[in-house]
Order: sequence, then structure tokens, then C-alpha cells
Amino acid sequence: METIRYDLITALPELIVLCMAMVILLTDLFISPARRMVIYSMAQLTLLAAAYFSFSSHAPSVSTAFSGAFIDDAMADVLKLMMYLGTSFIFVYSRQYLQHRGMFRGEFYALVLFSLLGMMVMVSGQSMLTLYVGLELLSLSLYALVAMDRDNAKATEAAMKYFVLGALASGMLLYGMSMVYGMTGSLNLAEINMALMSGAKIHAVMILGLVFIVAGLAFKLGAVPFQMWVPDVYEGSPTAVTMLISSVPKLAAFAFVIRMLVQALPTLAVDWQQMLMIMAVLSILIGNITAIAQTNLKRMLAYSTISHIGFVLYGLMSATMNGFIFAMFYVVSYVLMTLAGFGIILLLSRPGFEADKLDDLKGLNQRSPWHAFLMLIVMFSMAGVPPTLGFYAKFSVLQAALAAGYIWLVVFAVLMAVIGAFYYLRVIKLMYFDDPLDTHSISAPMDARIVLGFNALALLVIGLMPEKLMELCIYTITSSLS
Amino acid sequence: MQNYFYHHLLSFAIWLPVLAGVVVLASANEKKPNATRWLALLGGLLSFLVTIPLYTQFNFADGGLQFQEGFSWIPAFNINYHLGADGLAVPLILLTSFTTLIVIIAAWEVIQKRVAQYMACFLIMSGLMIGVFSALDAILYYVFWEAMLIPMFLVIGIWGGPNRVYATVKFFLYTLLGSLLMLVAFIYLYLNTGSFEIADFYRFPMPLQVQILVFLAFFVAFAVKIPMWPVHTWLPDAHVEAPTGGSVVLAAIALKLGGYSFLRFAMPIAPDAAHHLTPYMISLSLIAIVYIALVALVQKDMKKLIAYSSISHMGFVTLGFFLFNNIGLEGAIVQMLSHGFISAAMFLCVGVLYDRVHSRQIEAYGGVANTMPAFAAFAVFFAMANTGLPGTSGFVGEFMVILGAIQINFWYAFLAAFTLIFGAAYTLWMVKRVFYGEVANDQVAALSDLNKREFFILAVLALLVLALGVYPQAVTDMTNATVNELLTHFAQSKLPASLPAGL
Repeated sequence: METIRYDLITALPELIVLCMAMVILLTDLFISPARRMVIYSMAQLTLLAAAYFSFSSHAPSVSTAFSGAFIDDAMADVLKLMMYLGTSFIFVYSRQYLQHRGMFRGEFYALVLFSLLGMMVMVSGQSMLTLYVGLELLSLSLYALVAMDRDNAKATEAAMKYFVLGALASGMLLYGMSMVYGMTGSLNLAEINMALMSGAKIHAVMILGLVFIVAGLAFKLGAVPFQMWVPDVYEGSPTAVTMLISSVPKLAAFAFVIRMLVQALPTLAVDWQQMLMIMAVLSILIGNITAIAQTNLKRMLAYSTISHIGFVLYGLMSATMNGFIFAMFYVVSYVLMTLAGFGIILLLSRPGFEADKLDDLKGLNQRSPWHAFLMLIVMFSMAGVPPTLGFYAKFSVLQAALAAGYIWLVVFAVLMAVIGAFYYLRVIKLMYFDDPLDTHSISAPMDARIVLGFNALALLVIGLMPEKLMELCIYTITSSLS
Repeated sequence: MQNYFYHHLLSFAIWLPVLAGVVVLASANEKKPNATRWLALLGGLLSFLVTIPLYTQFNFADGGLQFQEGFSWIPAFNINYHLGADGLAVPLILLTSFTTLIVIIAAWEVIQKRVAQYMACFLIMSGLMIGVFSALDAILYYVFWEAMLIPMFLVIGIWGGPNRVYATVKFFLYTLLGSLLMLVAFIYLYLNTGSFEIADFYRFPMPLQVQILVFLAFFVAFAVKIPMWPVHTWLPDAHVEAPTGGSVVLAAIALKLGGYSFLRFAMPIAPDAAHHLTPYMISLSLIAIVYIALVALVQKDMKKLIAYSSISHMGFVTLGFFLFNNIGLEGAIVQMLSHGFISAAMFLCVGVLYDRVHSRQIEAYGGVANTMPAFAAFAVFFAMANTGLPGTSGFVGEFMVILGAIQINFWYAFLAAFTLIFGAAYTLWMVKRVFYGEVANDQVAALSDLNKREFFILAVLALLVLALGVYPQAVTDMTNATVNELLTHFAQSKLPASLPAGL
């Protein structure tokens, strides 16, 4: 009895999110459409409550629950808090957009909370099974969210594509995990590590399993050569869902990579380092070059995401403590940038009009200098120009890669960053140098404007004072991995 | 309070204009552009005034870094907010704040759309450029260096000419490419020294092969900025498309960032590589001086002609750097300042004509002296200064560099001096075609002479050009000790006594 109680308390934030997602689903049935704001408030309060319990239960020590399948350490707590924040931002930004499109329903909020639950289970997963279950919960919720706007042919197609490829990737991941299980006899990450450390010769099947696991992870991250789904899904999904797919789940995917590769398979580091290196280089190359040719803003951001993932992999492939810290710093920065970027797209769209073409940004400086300025910060941050946050993110992962001796790969990344700067500059060019095509005034609720201003200015402010965020990343990674 | 001010002079010089820019932006009201203009002028004036104590408080006998201040900024990377200025940086800082003031006045009624953003861009840019000149931590320097691109990118792109987008994107990407390689060099040095302090970089010994790679990484960044042949092609495009203020700042200050950085980074950090590569550097400088002067001769567009003339004059600067003697280096520094005044004045002159006729083509003019006598007098004076007429500042720097060159090799001096003839040819030929002869067309006939505002800024610049020409000691007294200090840095070999293990 004691153990059960202890297990449940350790997973309290997860339980809250789970219960509230179901309550929201039920409440939605009994509430009139005019009073849906109640649902919205409930979703936000859920995040607040979960944040409270994650924060108050935080201790630097590590505690495990459910027979070692679930872990509550610094990384789990910090990443979960960031996920709540990100999800809360998504709710704020997307409210008006959903109302205009008839998607302001309980299902949306329940599904987002379920996907959040999946992510939370992923960052706390200490067994391959937990990790997999979390990942599947996340993926299934996302498939459904992409298809939410069911009369939209493009969205349905995107959902189909996402589902088929995602299922394939899950299959690969599971297959790889089964091989690792077969060779080590355990599902628990720490025990897998122990088994491999014991010095027995590493069988080729382990390496084969590793290949499948890395491929599955690469798919979820959207790294080249498993990136095919990314642009189509980004473009096809309702923008509010694109914002979700492109932002918070990357934190969970990062945690997944750290748990799986660094905590369970550090003995195979030499092997996965090479795989990550190839994916990193290809992601930066293809992401940046293909982004130039895009006319759709969401598609361009999809390729930009691919190149950002390449930079994250630069940090991970160094396989040093600093590399992991800086990779985390990069992921967090990326999530902040993406949220602000999509926040502006959502703000500019109105009933019957998606502001998802690059040309829709034309002359934004004349329509609203403030929002143009915020987008300017986002774009320069993505391009990695100081004094924005994106600069420190790139600077630190490149430093980790250079310290690991990859000097020419760093030079390559730098050259690609120049190419990348080109398409971000084009967005700025459209906003500032061209005349507007569209003269509708921008209508957005006050809370979205305030949160957006806060979010985009954070890129500048943290860019000027990155110390606190860096300290947080150092604390998180060192206390979870030592 | 006063004490606090004097201990943070450089911080005030950097952040006051930035703050002024933010205030101008925040209080912008499209319906009351005049209020914005006066506010910007006030900001520019205050920003200029706070840089004056840098001159009055300067210790002329000290060649090291003065006005130092700092605190730990990002301890995780050992990055410090560390500022300081020496006899090289202080004149350039003064030039920056002065030029910004001129640009604000020059834009008064010329800029009609989005006045607040225009003024704010220049004010913020001024602060950032002063930051480049005074940062003593490599990352702090880099942040200022890159951040400065953002307002310049907007200035050219928003208020520029018809082909502005191409020009401004080219400008941005060229500079970004160069500076990112420099960033890699910074990280490399950091990983070996454990700090981003420039002083620590100076002390770090490196074998020649490594030094050459580091030097080349810096070289790409600074050669683009100066610009040196063959990476100069962004400059004519940027100058032609930029609004007058943008051209002035580009020519007067932005190019000096590259020159300054050579002396602050590339040459003291990798002195052996600098000596090793001197023949190439001198060749590139001479090509810039001679070949670009010939290119300038055939230009049809006045701004393009002055842009090429700038590249050619900056060739003197890089030539002076790589002579490694006292007079050459000092001449190069004087040349940087003098070029700051003269090129600014010449771009303002073109601006005066462009505002009236809306053409920069030489053939659109002729006989302007008949309708604008006062303006013609100024223009001819600045043209003479540009060709290096004795008594103007243009003469002093070039003469000193040539003197320095003749000590090293007669032919360097010969080629450099020979170009003064080309310089006279392209400048005076342009003056002849634009200002003299019959009145060419109705537009020229209808021209009105300088108004008070234009007269004022050109007169101030003319006085400065004369003052620096007649009494260059005002600058050389400042730079003397610093030049000696720099030369001893350059002369110290940094090759390790024995090769470190693994190399």
C-alpha cells in the first residue's frame, strides 16, 4: 500500500493531466457552445496545477517509481515545467484561431492534454516500455489533432501521411528495442547500461538494434533522411496544431534521446555518434537549402526546423557533458523561437484567411510596426544573429562540437548558417521593404498580444543575459546524468 | 554621480545612443515628424557630448588601454563585459558619435517616411559601433559587430534606391559569412586559453600553421568589411542603393571597423602569420589602390565613383598596416579618420544634388556651379581633399603612408604615389563634368543653392578637414604611444618554444 501511494505521488502531475483531460472531454458534452471559455480555463488551470506539483515536488535527488519504470529527476522536472509553459502559450495564441474555424471544442484541449501527458511520460521514462508508451500516446494524439479539421482535404492527407510514416517509425523503434532487450535481458535503462558495462563483447545485434532505435528517434525528431513527413504535415495541419507539433514535443524527443542513448547506451557512444553526425550534417544541409525555395511560410519553418534539429544533433554528437547541456539549451531556445514565430502567424490570420504564405507578411511594418518588430527578433534569432537568444544557442553547440574536435564540421555548419540567414532575411525584407498587399487591421485578443510580446522579447532579453537559462541547463543535465 | 560617470565613460558612450534610439522609436508619432526629429537630434547631441570627455580625460603618454571597466557577463563561458579604449579607438569613437550627429541633421527634411525608425536605426547603430571600438572581450565585440548589421540592413532596405533589396542582402550575407569564420577562430582560441579576453589571446603561443589559419579566419571577416580587393563588390552596390545617411555611415565608420579590427585582433593575435603573409597583404592593398582607382575612372554614377574611391583609399590604410613601421601605421590611422570626414562630406554633396534632381548620374548634370555657387565651392574643396591636396587631411595620411612605404621598398611607394594621379583624375574629371561648363539642362538651371542646414554641415566638415590637414598633431599625439605599443606587439614572435605534443 505504501509503495502504491508513493508511486502515485511521484506521478502526481501526470495523474492530474490525465484526469483533467477526461473531465474536459466529459464537461464539453454538457456545456453550451457559448460557454466554451470554461473549457479553456479548465485546460489552463490544469497546466497551472501540474506546474505547481512538479515544482513543489522537485528535489535535486532522483526518485524512481513503478518498479523503476518511472523516474523523477531534475531533467524530468525542468523539462515538464517548460512543457507546461509552452502548452499554455499555445492555448493562448490559438484560442481566437480555433474560434474562427469552429475548432474551439473540448476535443482540442483534451487531445492536447493527452499529447502533453505522453510527453511527460517520455521525459520521465526509465524503462524502454514507458518511453515507448509515452511516445505512442503523444503520436496518436497528434495524428488526431492534425485531422481535427476533418473537412479540409489537405489536413486529412497530412494526417494520413503522418500516421503511416509515424507508425512505421514506431515499428522500427520497437523492433530496435526488442533487440536491445534480447541482448541485455532488461527493459530498464539503468540495467541495460549495467549489462553493457559488465564487459561482455558487444554483439552485432546490439548495433543493429541501435540503428533501428536511432532511425525511429530521427523520424520523431524530423532529422534527415527521415524528414519527409515534416513539410507536408506542417503545411497541411491547422496552424494551431503545427505550432504544437513543431514546438513542445521537441523537448520530449530531446529527453527521449538523452534517456535512450546517453543513459542506457553510453557504451555504444562511438557508434551512435557517427550516426548522429551524418544526420546532423545532412539535416543542416538539406534543411537550409530547401528552405530557400519555399513560398509557404509554414513549409519554410518546417525546413528551418530540420536545420535547427541538425544543430541540436551537433551538440549531442559531441557526446560530452557540455554537448548535452548545450543541446538542451538549443532545444529550449528553439521552442521559444518557434512559439513566437507561429504565434505571429496565428495573430495575423482571421476568419477564412490563413496568414501562411510568405507574401502575407508583406508590409507588416506599415500595418503594425510592433508585430513586425517582434517577428524581426524571431527571424534574427532563428538566423543566429546576436544579440538574440539564437546566437548563444548556435554559439554553444558549435563550441561543444569544436571542443570535440569536429573543426571542419563546424566550418560547414557556419557556412550553412549563412545560407540559412538568407531565407530569414527574406521574411524581414517582405515585412519591412515591401508594401502591404492586405490592409485589414490586426485583431487579436489582448492576452495573446501580451504573451506574444513577452515571448518574443524574451528572445532578446535572454540573448542579452543568457546566464540564468544556461545555469538551468547545466543544473538539469549535470544532476540527471552524473 | 560625477565619479560614476567618469568611471563608465565608455558604457555611457555606447548605451546612451541606444537608449535614445529606443526612446525615439517608442515615442514615434507619424503625424508629428518634427517632434521626432528634435528628439533624435537631442539624443544625437547628448551622445556626442558624452564622448568628449574621452578626449579631455585621455592620458596622452599611455599607449595602453584606458577607461577600462567591466564585470562578468556570462560566467558559464567566461565571457566578460569588458570595455577599454586606447589612442586607436578613441578618435574612431569620436568620429562615430560626430558622424551620427551629422547624419541626423542631414536627414532633417530629406527623410519623410518612417522618420522615427530612420533616426532610431542610426542612433542604435552608433552605440553598437562604439561598442565594437571599445570591447575588450571577443564575444562582446562579436555581439556588437553583428548586431550593427541589423540596423544597417534595415536602413539600406527601407530607405534605399530601386535595387535596394539585392544590395542590402548582399551586404548582410557577405559580412555574416566573414564574421562567422571569425567566430570559429574565437571559439578555437577560447578552447585553448579558457577565456575570451583579448589580452589572453595575445599571450597564447601558436605554431605558424595554426597562426596562419587563425589569421585567415580574421582576414576574411575584416577584408570584407574594409573592403579589400577582391571581396569589395558589396560596397559599390550598398553605397549606390543606400540613402545618403547610410552611405555616410558606411563610408565614414563601418569601413573603419575592419581596419580597426585588423590592428586589434588579426595582427597582434597572429603576429608571425601577419609577417609571413605580408607580401600577399601588400599586393592586395596595392591592387586595391591602383586597379580600383582605374575602375573609379570609368564610373557613370557619382555614388559608385566615390564608393570605388573609398576602396582605393582604404588600400592605403591596409598598406600602412603591413609596413610594420611607425610612420606607416600612424599614417594609416590618420588616413582612416581623414577618409571618415572626406567621404562623409562627398556622399553628403551627392545627397544634396540627389535631393534636388533625383539622379546620381554624372551625365544628368553640368554647370551646376552656375546655379549653386556656394555648394560648388564646398564640393570642389572636398574633391581636392579627396585627391590629397596639401593642407587638407587627405594629404597627411597618404603622405605618411608613402613615406613609410619608401623605407621598405621603393616600388611600393612608387605605385602608391602614382595612384594619386589617378585619384586626381577621377575626382577632378567628375567635378569638371558636374560643376563646370554650360548649364546642361532645365533641371540644373532650376537648382537652388544650399539651405542653411546643408551649409552648416558642409562647413563643419570642411573646417575639420582643414584642421586635420594643418594640425594633424591633434590626432597623432593621441595615437603616438598606442602605435608604439601596437608595433611592439606585432614584433613579438608568438611561436611556441617547442611544438606542443600532438602537432
